[in-house]
Amino acid sequence: MGQVAIAFLVGGVICVIGQALLDFAKFTPAHVMSILVASGAILDGLGLYDPLIEFAGAGATVPITSFGHALYHGAWQEAEQNGVIGLIAGIFEVPSAGISAAIVFSFFASLIFKPRG
Amino acid sequence: MASSVKTRNQERLAKAQKAYNERAAKYKPKPPYLKNMTKAFLVGGAICAFGQIISDFYIGFFNFTKETAGDSTVATLIFISILLTGLGIYDKLGQFAGAGSAVPVTGFANSMSSAAIEHRAEGLVLGVGGNMFKLAGGVIVYGVVAALIVSLLKWLIIKV
Amino acid sequence: MKAQHQCGRQTWKFLHDIRIQGSAVAVGPLEGEGPLAAEFDHIHPDMYAGQASWEKAERYMMYQAVQTAIKKSNLLESEIDIVLAGDLLNQTISSNFTASQLNIPLIGMFGACSTSMETLSVGAALIDAGYASYIIATCSSHNCTAEKQFRYPTEYGGQKPEYAQWTVTGAGAAVVGRGGAGPRITHATIGKVVDMGIKDPFDMGSAMAPAAVDTLSTHFRDTDRMPSDYDLIVTGDLGKVGYAILKDEMKDLAFEMTPVYNDCGLMIYSPDQQVFSGGSGCASSAVVTYSYIMNRLREGSIKRALVCATGALFSPVSYQQGESIPCIAHAVALEAVEEV
Repeated sequence: MGQVAIAFLVGGVICVIGQALLDFAKFTPAHVMSILVASGAILDGLGLYDPLIEFAGAGATVPITSFGHALYHGAWQEAEQNGVIGLIAGIFEVPSAGISAAIVFSFFASLIFKPRG
Repeated sequence: MASSVKTRNQERLAKAQKAYNERAAKYKPKPPYLKNMTKAFLVGGAICAFGQIISDFYIGFFNFTKETAGDSTVATLIFISILLTGLGIYDKLGQFAGAGSAVPVTGFANSMSSAAIEHRAEGLVLGVGGNMFKLAGGVIVYGVVAALIVSLLKWLIIKV
Repeated sequence: MKAQHQCGRQTWKFLHDIRIQGSAVAVGPLEGEGPLAAEFDHIHPDMYAGQASWEKAERYMMYQAVQTAIKKSNLLESEIDIVLAGDLLNQTISSNFTASQLNIPLIGMFGACSTSMETLSVGAALIDAGYASYIIATCSSHNCTAEKQFRYPTEYGGQKPEYAQWTVTGAGAAVVGRGGAGPRITHATIGKVVDMGIKDPFDMGSAMAPAAVDTLSTHFRDTDRMPSDYDLIVTGDLGKVGYAILKDEMKDLAFEMTPVYNDCGLMIYSPDQQVFSGGSGCASSAVVTYSYIMNRLREGSIKRALVCATGALFSPVSYQQGESIPCIAHAVALEAVEEV
């Protein structure tokens, strides 16, 4: 239960940061998401995102920032194993489940659903 | 001679435009900052909390490892948000919650599925295939670019 | 050097008895739930209007409006010499396909949301100058086609700001010719492009208001009239924000608009409908003018009306490239006159 509450709080805070970027800085949603995902990669590179995940669980893995963290992780893991070329080779390894799921389900959704306006 | 008249006119127009922008800004209602941030906090937090519950369920019930549970949780949330997108519910949630529904990975899935569904009318290849990443493309591009730059820098600093 | 029909550089005075012979309107479900529902000829219960796509729905509504207007004019399609048509979509595709179903020569026009009065004024001028006996002026817009082209997929969960507007789903058409008992078109003021540097595509009210101010003040000066000479002056789709801006800016120019001024985008929806700052789109001015305003003129409860349709002349590419939004407004003066 405690972990759920922490996930709620941390996830909520990350979303508030996103909302502030929308309302105060007047970025579009696409810009805000790009900023957040890049931030996730940068924070992970600085070694700050993994401890956040340890602490907040889903509060850090569900927001889109986690996608940036996953991309960085994949690159770094592969490079540790196979040298610098691993950076490019490994990028999509960790977030692969998310990307594949999004593509496949979106495709089927386009077959099943009609837009409602 | 003619070009200096043109520049003077351009300067005058730029000045008038600036003055109008300032006047018009007063009529524009400001976003309800506190209300929006509260809604974003509550909905975003709820989605993350729900993700935690699912993750715990996968670990506890199916004995998934932390990694497999993570992947499955993300896939489950993506499935649910795409279902809600197709049913015409996610856009209403988005208007209410703003970043609260856009920032979680569910927002990413919604951006892809809404584009795919919308452009089905233009066919499966050019419509669905060609437009699926219309809104999500930025996330993928800048996630990858940032990850590569950061990891390359780190590599150069540590290994070289 | 003034030409025969000019009163001022931008204002045309029609010298013959140019009248609306019949007008008709088709709308979507949201408009059909609004305060003007009883004035509309066709109300569709959903956004598809029984068609396979949003785009097909829009052109179907335009076709319906045209056919009904022709019928109400007691004319045959073969008696209409020209159709002047426009819409918001790329290459004015709704107009092209609608015209392909009619056996009437087409003049396609693009004025964004000012298309209704752009087509009406040019059509009236063609008749006044003797180039046509009857014309039909028509335009359309559809919330979903506009969102799809200009903004986001309709199921996208993006949050729109309060000052955004709601594209009206519908089409309006008016048959114009000489004589009869319908409302008379007396003047038209053709607008210049006015760009006051607004860049936010969700803030069209602010972008378009200066164009409306320019056209309206020019109209008053050219015709030597004041706002009080009209029973009703409407702008096409300035919405709450643009409406307020226009009132104040006109007052600064010594034109008191308040007692007679309204905005079609505010008239078409009731306050409890979720439409942000008000209606927009070609259909906003067309649907209100070709139903409510024409009906009141025919009854005589409005004797003189000025319809100033306002358009934002931007493209999905231009605003992504950081350009501002150039706007335009065209005004047509209508009068209730006994049959001559």
